[in-house]
Amino acid sequence: MLKGMFTIAAAATLLGAAVTAQVQAQESVQVGLVLPMTGPFASTGRQVEAGARLYMQQHGDEVGGRKIELIVKDDGGVADQTKRIAQELVVREGADVLAGFGLTPLAMATAPIATQARVPMIVMAAATSSITEKSPFIVRSSFTLPQAALGIARWAAENGITEAATLVSDYAPGHDAADAFRKVFEEAGGTVIEQAAVPLKDPDFAPYLQRIRDAGPQGLFVFVPSGVGSLLMKQFDERGLDDAGIKLIATGDVTDDDILDQMGDVALGAITAQHYSAAHDSPENKEFVDAFKEANGNSRPNFMAVGGYDGMHLVYEALKATDGETGEALVEAMKGLSWESPRGPVSIDPETRDIVQDIYIREVKEQDGELYNVEFDRIEQVKDPVKADWSQQF
Amino acid sequence: MCRVLTVLLDGIAYGMLLFILACGLSVTLGLMNFVNLAHGAFAMAGGYVTVVLVNGYGVPFLLCLPIAFLVAAAIGLLLERTLYRRLYGANHLDQVLFSIGLVFMAMAGVDYFMGARQQLITLPDFLRGQFHLAEGASIGVYRLFIIVICAVLAVVLQLILSRTRFGSRLRAAVDDGEVARGLGINVGTVFAMTFAVGSGLAGLGGALGIEVLGLDPSFPIRFMIYFLIVVVVGGTSSIAGPFLASLILGIGDVAGKYYIPGFGSFMIYTMMVVILVLRPHGLFATRGTS
Repeated sequence: MLKGMFTIAAAATLLGAAVTAQVQAQESVQVGLVLPMTGPFASTGRQVEAGARLYMQQHGDEVGGRKIELIVKDDGGVADQTKRIAQELVVREGADVLAGFGLTPLAMATAPIATQARVPMIVMAAATSSITEKSPFIVRSSFTLPQAALGIARWAAENGITEAATLVSDYAPGHDAADAFRKVFEEAGGTVIEQAAVPLKDPDFAPYLQRIRDAGPQGLFVFVPSGVGSLLMKQFDERGLDDAGIKLIATGDVTDDDILDQMGDVALGAITAQHYSAAHDSPENKEFVDAFKEANGNSRPNFMAVGGYDGMHLVYEALKATDGETGEALVEAMKGLSWESPRGPVSIDPETRDIVQDIYIREVKEQDGELYNVEFDRIEQVKDPVKADWSQQF
Repeated sequence: MCRVLTVLLDGIAYGMLLFILACGLSVTLGLMNFVNLAHGAFAMAGGYVTVVLVNGYGVPFLLCLPIAFLVAAAIGLLLERTLYRRLYGANHLDQVLFSIGLVFMAMAGVDYFMGARQQLITLPDFLRGQFHLAEGASIGVYRLFIIVICAVLAVVLQLILSRTRFGSRLRAAVDDGEVARGLGINVGTVFAMTFAVGSGLAGLGGALGIEVLGLDPSFPIRFMIYFLIVVVVGGTSSIAGPFLASLILGIGDVAGKYYIPGFGSFMIYTMMVVILVLRPHGLFATRGTS
């Protein structure tokens, strides 16, 4: 009998706690931003956080009658940590939205948490195509690597490159990029004559570049993490691949705005495809870049920052639409949203919850004494080509 | 034929760089019998000194090289006098734990002050571009520069070790420390000097390697395995051993990546295994040392 009483009392206490949590949650919307703030990918974390904070600074911290609270947590780029932190955020802090995710494995590891807790999860950085398929609660505000690879492959095929080589880092996104490039490039009539996968930990590209030089393609498609990319460009230059008539083409990761200016002259002339450049010519972007520089000690926003910025836009707009309601309703409200981002017109594909955006073809040029990716062509409204039917993109 | 020449020269440049980075380790490990896994941290120190000087203060790159050597040597000397010497008598596990701890501290410290990103420097114009040797064969000027510097250093080191009084004192101190002490050789000072020079060379290697190997806080861990392979394969009883081992490994690594790219990154390990099966004490072991 006594035991029964205890059970009831305990249940009542628990119930009470749950109710209190509910009331607290009604007051503010907690956005848990899980990012690599330390370790080799700290630049990603810093840019995404700065982008998200800038959006809140510009748009106030109240929307749909509720206050927005940003909780930033560092996962150090380790998937186990990301998952644990996300779980704590949901269970203990009652987070209504999970956001951030700097790398593919980090997003993949957290997907089951979003599904179980029925919490919207906004991927602001990671770019592997299949991420959005891992949970119906995932919405992406960054880009997919195949989107960028598709852009550069089409440009190459249309601009006199018939034989190309690929050089990527030997990890999942690298293979994703090489496969996407090859698929589109060969469908457009080109051939890939040499494929190299370089170990992630070994940044001496000399033998691989020499091999490619000797194979003699007209273009070399490259995908490597951004810091290593500058080393690659230097060695590309040092080895004289340029003089051998090989054009360096890449996804925008290699000429990341965050470090582009430090790369020096070797970067000049590189052709890349991506969804965002700090030099994008639009009033929205001018305002964004100026505000970003002011808030961040004159450093430039890159594609990660715009992912964070647009990710917060998604939360805000969806909250407006649901009138403050969170959970599944919030994901529903995000589907099909379209807006003018600093990167240009974008929307969320209601079927895949992935972002649809223009992919720009850019060349590295000097502007006002600094190096920028200057856009000169674009492919409008590209869906993720892996999830969409590839052929529809032609 | 010309392609072979290019690959060969690239391999030699890579091997030379490995030698400069690792020869200090072969001295501490072989001559002083100390397992110093933190060796790469001194190389990293030299690299970061160069980055700060070149990018922050506009110091010419060539001037940075001796500074990188001196700063790394000074740090080496300081740590040897304060920390390392306490562990000369300790067992190898203690030495490993101590030095790996140092590595992590160095990595965290660099991460905190300099950030985790890849560091870049701009080389002076005369070190950039290509040097044409023959029709179709060429080598980067910078790689040629590395080969020349490292070759000169290797010769100088060998001469110091075999021809100078310091060299014979060092060999005596290693062969039998107590007898050497009895003969009036200050073994502690000899070891400290040797340790400092080894660290300095690593620092120089780190500075030279920024353009080839990259530089970020994970540098000491990333290359630790390469240094150890050089020492293991080369044996630890001379300068010539690690020198030839570095060259063989460098050329093998580059050639492997060039001719069989899919397998290339395993080449260096395969070579290590094969060499150790044939000669368990390294290529040039004269006696059954460690």
